[in-house]
Amino acid sequence: MAEKHSPLEQFLIKPLVPIKIGGVDLSFTNSALVMVIVVVLVGLLMTKGMGKRGLVPGRLQSVAELSYEFVANLIRETVGTAGRKYFPLIFTLFMFVLFGNMLGMIPSVFTFTSHIAVTFFMAAVVFIGVTVLGFVRHGAHFFSFFLPAGVPWILWPLIIPIEIISYLSRPLSLSVRLFANMLAGHALLKVLAGFVPLLGIAGIAPLLVVFALVGLEFLVAFVQAYVFTILTCVYINDAENMH
Amino acid sequence: MSDTQKPPELAGFEARLKEAEARQAAAEKPPDERGKGMALAFRVSAELVGGLIVGVGIGWLLDRWLGTKPWLLIVFFLLGSAAGLVSVMRTVSGMGHGVGYKPTPGEPRKGDDGTKTGREARGE
Repeated sequence: MAEKHSPLEQFLIKPLVPIKIGGVDLSFTNSALVMVIVVVLVGLLMTKGMGKRGLVPGRLQSVAELSYEFVANLIRETVGTAGRKYFPLIFTLFMFVLFGNMLGMIPSVFTFTSHIAVTFFMAAVVFIGVTVLGFVRHGAHFFSFFLPAGVPWILWPLIIPIEIISYLSRPLSLSVRLFANMLAGHALLKVLAGFVPLLGIAGIAPLLVVFALVGLEFLVAFVQAYVFTILTCVYINDAENMH
Repeated sequence: MSDTQKPPELAGFEARLKEAEARQAAAEKPPDERGKGMALAFRVSAELVGGLIVGVGIGWLLDRWLGTKPWLLIVFFLLGSAAGLVSVMRTVSGMGHGVGYKPTPGEPRKGDDGTKTGREARGE
C-alpha cells in the first residue's frame, strides 16, 4: 500500500496523547494541536498587538486593528447596530477559521477545517444558537419563517416542507462548503505535486500549475473564512430582525 | 539654482504617474470586489447541494421509519431540489437569504438602522 504517498494521507487524524475515558476516545490529536496553536496565535496577536495601544499603530497592532475593523464592518453591514453584541462570537469564528485555513497552507501542517466534524460542529452551534435566538425574540411568531406571505393556501402543503428543508439545510451547506473546499484544494495540490518527480524534466508543467494553485488556495482560504462569517451574520440578522 | 526646478525627466512625472495609476485601476477590479464575487459563487453552489442532501436525508430516514420505501425518498428528493433552488434564487436575487422572506410591497428591505443592508448596497 502506498499510504506514504496517498494524497489523502495529510487528512489522517493521529492521536498524539492517547486519552480514553469510559470507552470514549478523547485523545489529544494532531488536529487538536493545530487548534490549540491557532487559539494561542490569535490570542497573542490580539493581546500583544493591542498591548502598546499606540496612536500610530505598529505592524502587529495594524493587523489586530484591521481584523477587528473588518469583522465589525461586516456585522454593521449585514446585521446593523443590533449585531454588536454578537461581535465576540463572530470575531472568534472568523479568526479561528481564517487562522486554521491559513496555517493549513503551511506544508505538513494539519488543516483542521478540512474535517466535516470540525466545520459541522461550528455550523451546528451557529444554527442552534440562531434558532434559539429566533424563538426567544419572536416566540411562536418564529414559525411564520416557514410560510412566505401571499402564498395561496392550496400551496401550503408544498411550500412549508420546502421552506423547512431550506432552513434545515443551512448548517449542512455552511459546513460542507468550508470542509469540501479545503479538502479538495489540499488533495488537488498533493495530487499535482505528486506528478512533479514522476515526469522528470516535464515535471515543470505540473510544478507551474501547483505554483498557481497555491496562490488560489490562499485566496480560497480567506474567502471561505469570509463566507462562513458573513453567513453567520446573515442568519443572526434573520433571527434578530425577523420580517 | 532653485529647489523648485525639477530635472527634465521628472517634469511630467506626476502626470505620467496619475495616468499609469488610472490605467491600472481600470484594468483590474479592486481585490475586495473579486473576493466578494467568489464568495457569492461559493455560497450559491453549496446552497443547491445542501437543500438536496437534506431533502434526500429526510426522505430516506422517514422511509426507514415508516417502511414506505421508496416513496417518501422520491417526494423529499423533489422537495429538496426545490428547496435548493429556492435558496439559490434568494441568494442571487438579493431578496435576503432568510427562509420565508416576506417582502413588504413597495418597500425595499431595510437594516434596523434604516439604511440599506449590506447585501443590497453591494447589489448581491
